[in-house]
Amino acid sequence: MDLPQVKVNKASAMSEQSNSLNLEVIQNRLEQAKGAGYWRSLDELFSTEGFRDYLHREFPRQASEWIDDDGRRNFLKIMGASLALAGLSACTKQPEEYIMPYVQAPEKLVNGKPLFYATAFPVSGVANPVLVETHEFRPTKVEGNPEHPASLGSADVPTQASVLGLYDPDRLQTVNYIGEIRTYTSFLSEFLQILAKQKAKNGAGIRILTETVTSPTLYSQLQEALKAYPGAKWYQWEPTGHGRRNGAQFAFGQYLNPVYKFAEAEVVLSIDSNFLANGPGGVRYARDFASKRTLRDGAMEQSRFYAVESSPSSTGVKADHRLSVKPSEIPAFVRNLAAALSGGGTGSSKFMQVLVKDLQAAKGKSIVIAGDDQSPEVHAVVHYINQVLENNGKTVVFTAALDQKPVDQWADLNSLAQDLRSGQVDVLLILGGNPVYSAPPEMNLRGLIQMAKTRVRLGLYDDETSEVCQWIIPEAHAFEMWSDAPAYDGTISIIQPLIAPLYGGKSAHDVLAAFTENPDMSGYTTLRNFWKARHTGSDFETWWKRSIHDGFVKDSALPAVSVTARLIPAAAAVGGSGYEISFHSDPYVLDGRYANNAWLQELPRPITRLTWDNAVVVSPKTAAELKVENDDRVEITANGKSIKGSIYILPGQPDGSIDISLGYGRTRSGRAGNGAGFSGYTLRSASNPYFATGAKVVSVGEKFRLAPVQHHFAMEGREPIKAGTLEEYKKDPYFAQKESETAPKGLTILPSDWEYKGYAWGMAIDLTSCNGCNACVVACQAENNIAVVGKEQVLNTREMHWIRIDRYYSGSENDPDMFFQPVGCHHCENAPCEIVCPVAATVHDSEGLNNMVYNRCVGTRYCSNNCPYKVRRFNFLLYTDWETESLKLQRNPDVSVRSRGVMEKCTYCVQRINYAKITAEKEDRRVKDGEIVPACAATCPSQAIVFGDLNDPKSKVSLAKREKTNYSLLGELNTRPRTTYLAEIRNPNPELAKQEAGRKES
Amino acid sequence: MQPVELPDKIHVGPVIDPGHSLASVSDKVAGIVLKRKITLGWVFGLLISFAILQNLMAGATWLLIKGVGVWGINIPIGWGFAIINFVWWIGIGHAGTLISAILLLLNQSWRNAINRFAEAMTLFAVMCAGMFPVLHTGRPWLAYWLLPIPNTMGMWPQFRSPLLWDVFAVSTYLTISAVFWFVGLIPDLATLRDSAKSPVSRAIYGMLAMGWRNSARHWQRYEKASLLLAGLATPLVVSVHTVVSFDFAVSIIPGWHTTIFPPYFVAGAIYSGFAMVLTLMIPVRRFYGLDDIITLRHLNNMAKVTLATALIVGYGYTMEAFFGYFSADTYERFMIWNRMTGPYAIFYWCLILCNIITPQFLWSKKIRTSPGILWIISIIVNIGMWLERFVIVVTSLHRDFLPSSWGYYAPTVWDWAVYTGTIGLFMTLIFLFVRVLPMITIFELRMLLPSASVKEPVAQ
Repeated sequence: MDLPQVKVNKASAMSEQSNSLNLEVIQNRLEQAKGAGYWRSLDELFSTEGFRDYLHREFPRQASEWIDDDGRRNFLKIMGASLALAGLSACTKQPEEYIMPYVQAPEKLVNGKPLFYATAFPVSGVANPVLVETHEFRPTKVEGNPEHPASLGSADVPTQASVLGLYDPDRLQTVNYIGEIRTYTSFLSEFLQILAKQKAKNGAGIRILTETVTSPTLYSQLQEALKAYPGAKWYQWEPTGHGRRNGAQFAFGQYLNPVYKFAEAEVVLSIDSNFLANGPGGVRYARDFASKRTLRDGAMEQSRFYAVESSPSSTGVKADHRLSVKPSEIPAFVRNLAAALSGGGTGSSKFMQVLVKDLQAAKGKSIVIAGDDQSPEVHAVVHYINQVLENNGKTVVFTAALDQKPVDQWADLNSLAQDLRSGQVDVLLILGGNPVYSAPPEMNLRGLIQMAKTRVRLGLYDDETSEVCQWIIPEAHAFEMWSDAPAYDGTISIIQPLIAPLYGGKSAHDVLAAFTENPDMSGYTTLRNFWKARHTGSDFETWWKRSIHDGFVKDSALPAVSVTARLIPAAAAVGGSGYEISFHSDPYVLDGRYANNAWLQELPRPITRLTWDNAVVVSPKTAAELKVENDDRVEITANGKSIKGSIYILPGQPDGSIDISLGYGRTRSGRAGNGAGFSGYTLRSASNPYFATGAKVVSVGEKFRLAPVQHHFAMEGREPIKAGTLEEYKKDPYFAQKESETAPKGLTILPSDWEYKGYAWGMAIDLTSCNGCNACVVACQAENNIAVVGKEQVLNTREMHWIRIDRYYSGSENDPDMFFQPVGCHHCENAPCEIVCPVAATVHDSEGLNNMVYNRCVGTRYCSNNCPYKVRRFNFLLYTDWETESLKLQRNPDVSVRSRGVMEKCTYCVQRINYAKITAEKEDRRVKDGEIVPACAATCPSQAIVFGDLNDPKSKVSLAKREKTNYSLLGELNTRPRTTYLAEIRNPNPELAKQEAGRKES
Repeated sequence: MQPVELPDKIHVGPVIDPGHSLASVSDKVAGIVLKRKITLGWVFGLLISFAILQNLMAGATWLLIKGVGVWGINIPIGWGFAIINFVWWIGIGHAGTLISAILLLLNQSWRNAINRFAEAMTLFAVMCAGMFPVLHTGRPWLAYWLLPIPNTMGMWPQFRSPLLWDVFAVSTYLTISAVFWFVGLIPDLATLRDSAKSPVSRAIYGMLAMGWRNSARHWQRYEKASLLLAGLATPLVVSVHTVVSFDFAVSIIPGWHTTIFPPYFVAGAIYSGFAMVLTLMIPVRRFYGLDDIITLRHLNNMAKVTLATALIVGYGYTMEAFFGYFSADTYERFMIWNRMTGPYAIFYWCLILCNIITPQFLWSKKIRTSPGILWIISIIVNIGMWLERFVIVVTSLHRDFLPSSWGYYAPTVWDWAVYTGTIGLFMTLIFLFVRVLPMITIFELRMLLPSASVKEPVAQ
């Protein structure tokens, strides 16, 4: 019996009816919709009353079946069976669903098969090249673009989470004028009248405020607007990243973009930089850096990595030697280093002496890199140091700035404030950004903006800035618009839309068209015209199509420029008594722009493992001094302003210094970001936004619970992470295997081991490469429809992430070593979970996967209790959002959406395994190595996760498992996990002899 | 059945006070059900119990609406109050079968005065216990999948799982206990039928008495059935809690994975069962003036069993700690050390105080025969046994192998609601039981009277 067949036949027969007037109307309507809009139109159409009427009238159910004799018999058979089955299924009412064909099938679409489109996700103007997986034109998952030099197939955390930002139900959904819903057309007509008035005074009353503009098209539009209205002014403002931009200006006298070549660096010194996780090129840097660190494939040497940090970052804790200093000491440190390197003494401390020696020995093969949250002065000195070390032009290459018009954005913001204060501003156009939230409070931008007569805002959310504007226009998400942006090396990406704007959003290109002769010009036309004008040669069409298809313009990386850095004179040292505060952009919500992304809010921060809040991070000694414990609320006063936050004690944080993550304390971000944490921007001063001194900290005497996902960081004398030094490794490469005791395979009362004749899936994770960035966690969340549970549930340790990155300490409390360990389901061959499940809901398959059968699970949680890795996750409540329509669009149709009362866990992305197996079977071959890449491994910027067939001796995973450092986590339990780890090897300088003995202790 | 009287000097008084005749015993016990007026105290007690039972109504309703997440359980502590209470109630249920089956086979005639009550208690406790495994599942409406019912999915349960063994063990136990109890009730139901005045009671008791006419043939069959059921029930005393202990012992979690669990759990179950019998019997005996039927000798004997099992349980605790140390295994050693000094240490030491220190008072005969003190000790033991299950379930799970996944457990108001609700259910059933059924086996009591001892001619 072939029940669904009949249903589909019926549906396709329907589309063949073409002589009806009604059908023509429908076809016309569908023809009008093109591309991604097609899918939405179809859905809208289905929901109209008329269409349903049409269906019923035109095509009575099963009518055509009666005409055909075979069909009639078949029909009767099915009816009989249906009646019998109806009795069985009488208790459950199945929801009414329709199977409908496309009247005109979109090109290349095969239902059930995803399509991938190349585009880019710009963050602060820097393109993150991606391939977006779409199912029936719904973007569901982001992967890195493997052909793009900035990605090579990987993606970072904000990029992975971008797809949730697209479907965020809190996005601005309508054009608003002072609380009234309007149309974009009505805005345009009113705005054009205003512009017409401005024309008379040359546009002197027009001010445009944007974020950093890197898009060549947008820049040309802005220039055109400024040409048409010469009196108008354009300002740029973003709260972070000034050090990088202005630092080059300080050192070279011009704005430049540094590009680092970590694959060629033997010695790396990070000055408070989180280059492995955030900032331009982070994904590429992580891969290049890991290639010099991993000891896979017979490598016997590692680069050496030093870090000087004002607060532990996921990059810094991977260092062989990490120096924790107060933020005010960093400028002095780089100056001393510069002096020592240019021959002025060897530095005072042992650390400095060794560092100088190492750096000098690796001239032209080292990198010194300053963090994005460091001051321009530090950046400038670092550029100078690289020059002294002869790195510039070799490992550090400078290109023209990525910004189309690089400026000191603090000066821009001040000018805008000045203009507003003097009442010169008639029209203020704010395109993106959120300056009311991120500007220093003493500037009172909130009040000043309201002095502009007409305030127009293009924004993704009805946020703090939108609140004070009159016209609020919903902004198109990066996946809904046409644009362009450069990657970290200047390679231009063409950004193409993947779906019609969900809420009719407009891009900055659309809005800026208002300044031209053709105010209705679409973003696509603007972009195409721009590139057409620029293109040399006759083959524009081919070039254009290829660039869109590839996601980037070939060979468009900016050329290196030859420059000479100067050592700028030292600014007056900022000092003062009291506590110091270092400000860092949050690694996930960045400057606060992604505060409403629930995936990012619930993603544990790599070091603190905190979710949903930022914290007042202090060292254990400082906490003792302040007589505070974790979760105690304190009031911090600095620069004449104060905020309240909860204490989080972090060993490794410099004593006497507090670290605050920016990007929190949003008041109008939406349901996920509102009320999360406190705003560090409140404490920042415009004169020194990089750190603060002389802060006072007073305990308020109340508690506010923070929600970390991990409570114990010591290894308690156990060795979940095996680590050693390069020297130890050379002496005894098998040290990781020797330390552990594994039960011999023969010791079993069972007759014999199951023999895996086909495939045997397995995974290896290289702890040397892993830098704890958590991109795998959010990639897994997107791929596997993993629910967000909220802070209350995280407080009760009920987060749902299938893979987690454990973080451990070893060594002393003041200067601990930290280690990361990604832990997902280990797919044990002797799986403890399987034997205790009373209903056989978790079972082993013939390829060694430990499968979870959601439909069978009754939820006894016995499997989780018996799992030594505690990787199973339980739907204690109904965590999945079944209500919000927009979130449903994001879900991966290849993965079941779990409901309440069901256990779930990592599946090794079984949907991807089966997809590859089916493809291979159709082609009558075995699955090739590398054909199956689980979501975590695919996105891992440092390529730490390897997956494949253990039965193939040449597969990457087999090779990884044959590495000498390969060990099983809790192997002594005889669980025989399919996931194993490669021990972490670090390369400390023997001269520094940093209490190596303490390394392995907890 | 011949009551075997041991020399009086090792007992505290007789098993039934002098002065009772066959008729007076029947009147006294049946009278509680048939003649005694409904007292204010009983109504009050029932109302309070019934009010507490509403906690279960509210707790279970909310649980079914929202999911098990309303409880305090989490990852890593996947089992909390539900399993603690399940084991606790099952343990309490053990005294009934022990008294009715094993003591019957051992010919301990003193059991006659208390076995009906203890069996009823067993039934009610098992009912309370049985509720938890169903409620604690994530999808209780599918909990029947644990039963081996032929189905269209072609799926059997997974027979290697101790939870499945639990299903069989507990359901068998409940069935046998219920049948045993009912069979034992039949002669007394006939007595009630015969003495009842109201036609309604006569009809109901008559129906339940199943045509019992007190004929010799009836008695012969009755005795045979009792013996057979006792024989069937005896292994269950050992098996049920052994199987329950397998829930823990079969796993690989330090603190659960231990071979001492089966005997230690059985002893603990009998311990808590006897304690609960004492907790209930002492007030009932007083309120219904049954001092002459449930005598100090009964209390003394039960206190002795309690003391003996307390010592076995104490041995279990000691061995657990010793094994932890002697294993030289990081995880085992840490587990026992964490129990003694970790965040839940207070529960461990309270448990030692309640279950090992307190029962030592029972060495004194004076305390064994002072109902008031005995009652307090029995309550302390009940609390101690609950703590024991808390310590086993929670402290083992909350810190297992990987420090990164360590966590904490705290019950929520809904945990307490369901727990107290089952106590309410238990008390409500007990209150109803003492009013509608003879709480003491009348005919067995009559056998204890000297006039019942028929001197049979000794065959030469």
